[in-house]
Amino acid sequence: MTDLSRIRNFSIVAHIDHGKSTLADRLIQSTSTVADRDMKAQLLDSMDIERERGITIKANTVRIDYTANDGNAYVLNLIDTPGHVDFAYEVSRSMRAVEGSLLVVDASQGVEAQTLANVYQAIDADHEIVPVLNKIDLPAAEPDRVKEQIEDVIGIDASDAVMISAKTGIGIPDVLEAIVTRLPAPTGDATAPLKAMLVDSWYDAYLGVVVLVRVIDGTLKKGERIRFMSNNTVHHVDRIGVFRPGMQPVDILGPGEIGFLTASIKEVRDTSVGDTITTEKKGTEAMLPGFAPSIPVVFCGLFPVDSAEFEDLRDAIDKLRLNDASFSSEMETSAALGFGFRCGFLGLLHLEVIRDRLEREYDIELITTAPSVIYNVYMTDGSMIELHNPADMPDAVQVDRIEEPRIKATILVPDEYLGDVLKLCQDRRGVQLDLTYAGSRAMVVYDLPLNEVVFDFYDRLKSVTKGYASFDYQMIGYQEDQLVKMQVLVNDEPVDALSMMVHRTRADARGRVLCEKLKELIPQHMFKIPIQAAIGGRIIARETISALRKDVTAKCYGGDATRKRKLLDKQKAGKKKMRQFGRVEIPQEAFINALKMDS
Amino acid sequence: MSKVLSPDWRNGGFGVYVHWPFCQSKCPYCDFNSHVRREVDHAAWRDALCREIDHAAALSGPRRVDTVFFGGGTPSLMHPDTIAAIMQRIATVWSLSPDAEVTLEANPTSVEAGKFQGFRDAGINRVSMGIQALNDPDLKRLGRMHTAREAMDAFDVARRTFDRVSFDLIYARQGQDRDAWKSELNQAINLGLDHLSLYQLTIESTTRFGELHARGALRGLPSDAHASDMYFDTQEIMDAAGLSAYEISNHARAGAESQHNLIYWRYGDYAGIGPGAHGRITDGKGNRLATETLRMPEEWLNSAKTTGHGYLPTEELTSHDQAVECILMGLRLSEGINLERVRRLDANFLNEDALVSLTDGGQVSVDADQLKITPRGRPITNAILRELIA
Repeated sequence: MTDLSRIRNFSIVAHIDHGKSTLADRLIQSTSTVADRDMKAQLLDSMDIERERGITIKANTVRIDYTANDGNAYVLNLIDTPGHVDFAYEVSRSMRAVEGSLLVVDASQGVEAQTLANVYQAIDADHEIVPVLNKIDLPAAEPDRVKEQIEDVIGIDASDAVMISAKTGIGIPDVLEAIVTRLPAPTGDATAPLKAMLVDSWYDAYLGVVVLVRVIDGTLKKGERIRFMSNNTVHHVDRIGVFRPGMQPVDILGPGEIGFLTASIKEVRDTSVGDTITTEKKGTEAMLPGFAPSIPVVFCGLFPVDSAEFEDLRDAIDKLRLNDASFSSEMETSAALGFGFRCGFLGLLHLEVIRDRLEREYDIELITTAPSVIYNVYMTDGSMIELHNPADMPDAVQVDRIEEPRIKATILVPDEYLGDVLKLCQDRRGVQLDLTYAGSRAMVVYDLPLNEVVFDFYDRLKSVTKGYASFDYQMIGYQEDQLVKMQVLVNDEPVDALSMMVHRTRADARGRVLCEKLKELIPQHMFKIPIQAAIGGRIIARETISALRKDVTAKCYGGDATRKRKLLDKQKAGKKKMRQFGRVEIPQEAFINALKMDS
Repeated sequence: MSKVLSPDWRNGGFGVYVHWPFCQSKCPYCDFNSHVRREVDHAAWRDALCREIDHAAALSGPRRVDTVFFGGGTPSLMHPDTIAAIMQRIATVWSLSPDAEVTLEANPTSVEAGKFQGFRDAGINRVSMGIQALNDPDLKRLGRMHTAREAMDAFDVARRTFDRVSFDLIYARQGQDRDAWKSELNQAINLGLDHLSLYQLTIESTTRFGELHARGALRGLPSDAHASDMYFDTQEIMDAAGLSAYEISNHARAGAESQHNLIYWRYGDYAGIGPGAHGRITDGKGNRLATETLRMPEEWLNSAKTTGHGYLPTEELTSHDQAVECILMGLRLSEGINLERVRRLDANFLNEDALVSLTDGGQVSVDADQLKITPRGRPITNAILRELIA
């Protein structure tokens, strides 16, 4: 058990690419927590996808021993938080587990929207915040301008920001000293009943579920029986320990300490982030404030490209869910796509990460249907249905009204692209809430319907601003609007996987674009194929794919037998990726590409 | 058992294809294995081609050769004595049928017309001329080195010299309307020949036209619908002239068909000689081999000089592969393909459901086990094959 006054717990707040992971690596390396030969870039981001995308999905922690200039040995606990808006709740819990933050800002790029969201979380958690300007060795660095921006935009004093280059190691000793001298030590009472926060948890094939905990009061000992207060389950603690960053067993964790426990827990869903852990007997009465179960907000269908892989997909989803309780799934049957799963995610990034992992780690090619949100559909009989899938929309005559979720979006963008960003937000039915300037950059705040954002808003934003905008959002609630279900008919048959909810005023335009897109995406057949968009029984847009007239007349001699045979083999393989719909074959990419909007 | 008694290739016969890879200039639509070289060592090429014939004969064992075809490139640039030496070698290592068809592809220029008698003396009895168009502006656009007048003169010489003459025309050209093509076609028919190859201009990505097309710089190409109309115009005119299509793009009076090309389409055996030439050879054990040679002329020549041939490793075709090739070549013919023959190769590779729906749709017909693509289905042969096989 470490003396409270010798503990410092902190997180690092930074935008992607601003150097969070590199700084973490430097701190670990310079204190010899890991031998040089074991260092690999970005130690804490363990999953491939995390490392490639420069994002963190699970909270991670490392315990660093540091002897400060005052001659005392300190224990520094870094919690690396999931740095993305989809994981806002998880971030907030990680923030509550530490007392201070390093705010890392790229000295040439300045503050980004994502940094803002996380720094506000840190402020909400009453953190002491130490600004750190990274990449000061780059020619484009403008530390004075960025300091001013931190003060203007965030409202914290940046005059004594630590100047570093995480890449070359400049300023790393100053960061370590700042952690000890400027961040507060944790408080807590070792004699009180155990009260610990469940910060995160993940599944380990050998140990079962590993729980990351922060002890607030009391002590956590190996062999004890503990209780998770949210679901009142009791477990026997097999082992406790700390991360350096590998697991190292300890006998006891006291107040202010961060570590792990294992207790033969089989599934991650038995553990809830933010839960309070206490002892089975003589435990604390009061749960920690702010606990909330995580709820999926974005839904889409996942179908195997090769329908024979359905069982593989089921297994893969089950395995991923072992480690991610926030991701939901239930079986879905689509006339167009066969058997698959309707899955719920915390946000778009979460969706992409899960889909990538299914495709990459489990080698299953997937058809992803258009992401959708949950609509509250109020029926004329007074009941309310949560609509997860537009294909399940009840008959319009039974529907009284429909509410859709809305978000508050914060976008930071250089001046020159402001016009395009405003137009994009207007086009997506946005309502402007705020527009302010910080230097040459504008901060735009919009109230937007989530369903206009879930599909390709972020791609469009990146494209109209050449990648210079940053974007963040939070859910703000439900609001009634004129929403209708639009259906697509190919060769007179409705294709359920292409159904979507649209705003009445946008329906004609969306329908037209969708039909035009499908005309490009579906190859010519031997017969003519009408493509229609419809609301109820009313056709609002129509295109026709003309029948194939000619595909041959070139020479074909002895040398062509091999070439043509191989082409046919390829087409045969390609056919597996087509979905037979009535007499029409629809390529799988059509299901997602058809819904990409050009403006 | 049946392999031993009656190998499948006997349904098509045996031919020899000789590839001459050189041209005076490269035409912008052509994606064949053709190269422009200032100097060609004719003696070296003659020896190398002859040595490769020995190699092919070692694979095939004794055969009677039904046809020989000199293609290219521009084989009319060969020396007549090269042709003579090759014919001599073919007759030596195999045996040459007394009524063998021996075809040479020829460019219709005055220079080449001057060599026609020499080619005849070397054993050529049929020429296929690359006339391509009957007006000068279009010839120029197609990158041809001859005028229409010159072509007609060369054609006259050819007709006086050889038993059989055919020529090629390319249609659905840039800016060509239906009436212009009809009158050009009638002009060709009035020359009174008994074999014509009529190809629609196809833009291949690896050609100059392909490059222009990708940049959007190739204007006036007909739409697929327009090209399809021109295809049916062509059939109507040729049928009326007694020159019905016996293959998608080939027309002949009965009995005047290209016997060599029929070997390909009837899926017989053929030995490929020269750079980039493909072959199908059934070996002594009854295995059908797909053969292919080095494509680049210099690489091929080097290999032939040092090892006696430019053959790449051969591929042994499975029965399934053979069935697929047999049907994809055979369905190009108006006579179609015998289903019993194909099913003997692979009993269950045909999509029987597709066969039924295509029959119902009038795109194919089956009569006494003979599967044919109907005249209506013919322009979409590739799509039909995809349905039947894939």
